[in-house]
Amino acid sequence: MILFQFLLVAALLFSFGVYGLLVRRNAVMVLLSVELMLNAVNINLVAFESVLATSALIGQVFAVFVITVAAAEVGIGLAIILMIFRNRRSANVDDFNLMRL
Amino acid sequence: MSLSQWIGDPLNWVFLVLALAVLLSGFRVVTSPNVVHAALFLVATLAATAGFFLLLSAEFVAWVLVLVYIGAVIVLFLFGIMITRAPTGRDTAVDHPRRLPSALIALALFGVLAWSTWTAFGDTAIEAVGEGSSTEVLGEALLGRFLIPFEVVSFLLLAALVGGITLARKDQSPAEEEAAELVRSER
Repeated sequence: MILFQFLLVAALLFSFGVYGLLVRRNAVMVLLSVELMLNAVNINLVAFESVLATSALIGQVFAVFVITVAAAEVGIGLAIILMIFRNRRSANVDDFNLMRL
Repeated sequence: MSLSQWIGDPLNWVFLVLALAVLLSGFRVVTSPNVVHAALFLVATLAATAGFFLLLSAEFVAWVLVLVYIGAVIVLFLFGIMITRAPTGRDTAVDHPRRLPSALIALALFGVLAWSTWTAFGDTAIEAVGEGSSTEVLGEALLGRFLIPFEVVSFLLLAALVGGITLARKDQSPAEEEAAELVRSER
């Protein structure tokens, strides 16, 4: 196995995430795209770790941290979406324009 | 490494199957018109990613991904979809009508990433795969060298828990509280 095959798949997955982030209008689906991008980052971290073979497995430790922070982010993100949905009866990001002049 | 050498390695066949699963389901996550289907395609993407991690002999990270993501985060997403009554049927309104600019931006980003990683790491081989368990080393790193970040992350999770509850719970308005007080005093 070479390193580049993992990096290529991660780059493609990250690009899918960016596309979804830009094109989706439902707030829950925007969060799904962010998860896809974080997942691509995790693939990179673990792949680089297996090449560098650090004594403390730094890449894998950071992948675990990324997974934890992503879980916290989803919890807070969904709570915010729920709050906005209660006030505005919509989960469409185009409707979230309360601060617009 | 030549292409025939690359194809000759059975690990690369496993990689190809997993990569196909990751990319097909990842593509469906961002293109599926149904929100529930998108969340379930994300499950497939994450499961195949866990396969990648097993291939790279990172079994602890693989199982953390399965437990935390597939077990908890996706369930949270499904709850969010149900509560916000997102369009669960076939509905084109989940996407912005102008897709081409976004697709071009994503394609350009992929081009930059692929080109720069190819020029930097084009022929770096992964050799140290499948040499015993890494979980013991990982545990010692997490509770030794990375103890402070580990505790900070646990505090972050606690803060996210409290914040999520505070945001999502329904507080009674002052008028409702007064009405409830009145009912209690009349009893």
